[in-house]
Amino acid sequence: MYKIIEKKVLAEDIFSMDILAPRIAKSALPGQFVTLIADEKGERIPFTICDHDIEKGTVKIVVQALGCSTKELQKFEKGDSLYAFVGPLGRASDFVNQDIEELKRENIIFIAGGVGAAPVYPQVKWLKERGIESDVIIGAQSKDRVILEEELKKYAKNVYIATDDGSYGFHGFVTDYLRDLVENEKNEYTKAVAIGPTVMMKFTSLLTKELEIPTIVSMNPIMVDGTGMCGACRLSVGNETKFACVDGPEFDGHMVNFDEVMHRQDEYVDKEHVCKCGGNSVG
Amino acid sequence: MDRWKSTPMKVQDPEIRSRNFDEVGLGYTKEEAIKEANRCIQCPRPLCMSGCPVSIDIPRFIRYISEDEFEKSAYVLSKQTSLASVCGRVCPQEDQCEKLCILGKRGEPVAIGKLERFIGDWAIENEYHRYEKIEKNGHKVAVVGAGPAGITCAGDLAKRGYEVTIFEALHEPGGVLQYGIPEFRLPKNKIVKAEVDNVKRLGVKLETNVVVGRTITIDEMFEEGFEAIFLASGAGLPRFMGIPGENYNGVFSANEFLTRANLMKAYKDDYATPISIGEKVAVIGGGNVAMDAARTARRLGSDVTIVYRRTEEELPARSEEVHHAKEEGIKFKLLANPVRILGNEEGRVSRLRCVQMELGKEDRSGRRRPVKIKDSEFDIEIDTVIMALGSAPNPLIAKTTEGLKVDSRGCIIIDERTAETSRDGVFAGGDIVTGAATVIQAMGAGKKAATGINEYIQNKQYENKNK
Repeated sequence: MYKIIEKKVLAEDIFSMDILAPRIAKSALPGQFVTLIADEKGERIPFTICDHDIEKGTVKIVVQALGCSTKELQKFEKGDSLYAFVGPLGRASDFVNQDIEELKRENIIFIAGGVGAAPVYPQVKWLKERGIESDVIIGAQSKDRVILEEELKKYAKNVYIATDDGSYGFHGFVTDYLRDLVENEKNEYTKAVAIGPTVMMKFTSLLTKELEIPTIVSMNPIMVDGTGMCGACRLSVGNETKFACVDGPEFDGHMVNFDEVMHRQDEYVDKEHVCKCGGNSVG
Repeated sequence: MDRWKSTPMKVQDPEIRSRNFDEVGLGYTKEEAIKEANRCIQCPRPLCMSGCPVSIDIPRFIRYISEDEFEKSAYVLSKQTSLASVCGRVCPQEDQCEKLCILGKRGEPVAIGKLERFIGDWAIENEYHRYEKIEKNGHKVAVVGAGPAGITCAGDLAKRGYEVTIFEALHEPGGVLQYGIPEFRLPKNKIVKAEVDNVKRLGVKLETNVVVGRTITIDEMFEEGFEAIFLASGAGLPRFMGIPGENYNGVFSANEFLTRANLMKAYKDDYATPISIGEKVAVIGGGNVAMDAARTARRLGSDVTIVYRRTEEELPARSEEVHHAKEEGIKFKLLANPVRILGNEEGRVSRLRCVQMELGKEDRSGRRRPVKIKDSEFDIEIDTVIMALGSAPNPLIAKTTEGLKVDSRGCIIIDERTAETSRDGVFAGGDIVTGAATVIQAMGAGKKAATGINEYIQNKQYENKNK
């Protein structure tokens, strides 16, 4: 069993949990994820790791309660325990293995959509701890849906906010803001990392292709085991079929077939009414 | 009594069982077991034993059954196997012990498998545990993977006094016994859990939810004080055909389909994991996994067709499984090979395009090679495709462990005698070495590795003393 050491509400139906899992805390790297099962009869749900604390032995995840499994998880409070918690899974972000001096010459922009701010956070933090500052755009529907702004400000050079309804920051989508930053503000980015809903990653990748900025996306397809065993998470990257759980979750955004990914994510959507949830992974 | 006929085991009626997940075979009664055991002529030089990968003393455990001495019989089995109930159910006895039974020369061989199952189940029901206090020898060994190879190796080492910890990636132990073989062939709570508990009773520790290569590396395990490591993480990587349309919704690997049904219990209403199954299902492949997937789909209410590129004679599945599948209404489309999966505008599977095959010359496996008949394409209307084409070793451990040699198929290379890999103190066995094979072969590999590990640690101790 894996104890919940801390739980915080970040926005309506969005919360973070710090879970006691010392082995995972010790080996987690930016870009990796965990799979959890809330109770014995629950499904395996993947979450990208938001933060980890080696001393306390905890791993932080951010959850948006969307399907019934995540809504079930929302009922868990500090002190409760999860049935299973396994990780870190997937490959770490490529920059983790890149030469630091080379990395220092990069100018990276992170684009986070909704709870996508959670997986962006450890990447920005990891880079800053190595002396590399990057820019971040956080996109959300409205001001009250913006999460981790203060936390990201601690480690990023600039944090730009875009809201769909204009209630905070730039009025528009992250793609509009990114275009503005590049074309009007003349920011020169050598790399973009886009994490959020699939449709947002698709349009961000289309834009960065036009702007000629190499782009990494973090995919969150349906998964079962998360260790390369089932193939549910397969997607087309270029002409190849890849498993997001072991070959990813991060891929070249200019190579991913997003439309196929979106079709495959819908597989269980109409199953919700029988109260078997759709494996809506978050972040 | 006709001595050439074996005692049949009662099974659930096909009509009823194709709508439930309860076990198909009902097992022998005490009287049936004794009757069957009496058929064994107790050969002085028993051939059956040479067909058993773990060398069970078959005539002896059968003799005790015939004498109504079930505890003694269980004792004989426990010397060689900690998974008697499992093996009695899933071993291909017809190709091993029973194939060599002398009675089989004229009639039907002794039903060794059914007798093994009877005693295994008797031991579980009567909570028969052989092992008393084991003296610990103070040496720590780690086992990676709680499947048949890992469980066997851990049990054997624990009996020799080792402190063994098994690391399992999934949340339940059992490996393929848990995620692969369905409930109706191998009950999870009654049998798999009971047999794993028996190994734990020997003092073996089990840590679930640990993915070796990610959560902890081989090097870190040595740092934690393990003196030897046995890798038995199986062949979990599913194969696809590489034909167009495989990423349509409604196409699954058998691994995914069976994992949802077996491990995640998606067939039960009170479990959250969903399983998406259509009305008309095609299962591609002809092995035991294909039969398991087909029969599971049938139980979920689908009309199921197995598509296989050779003829019935070449089906790699056990004949018993093929027979049961047919009884349950599974159709067979033989000499057919899929070339494309077609989908509708929503990205869902709608048809399977196949070509008709014929058998040509024998290939290296001794089977006649299927050859495509020109212009013979045809479509089958379906809405679900399950690919049961075998699986390969998961590359994770090899990728994250320096100095671990693998062959071109990704299988770990070992010394045949000791099971040691190219890394000092690291041993391997089961499907990760051989590619997908049987439960009993994996158990045999686990036994061999336990001996190899014991030898390795003793040698090291000796060398240290004499430095």
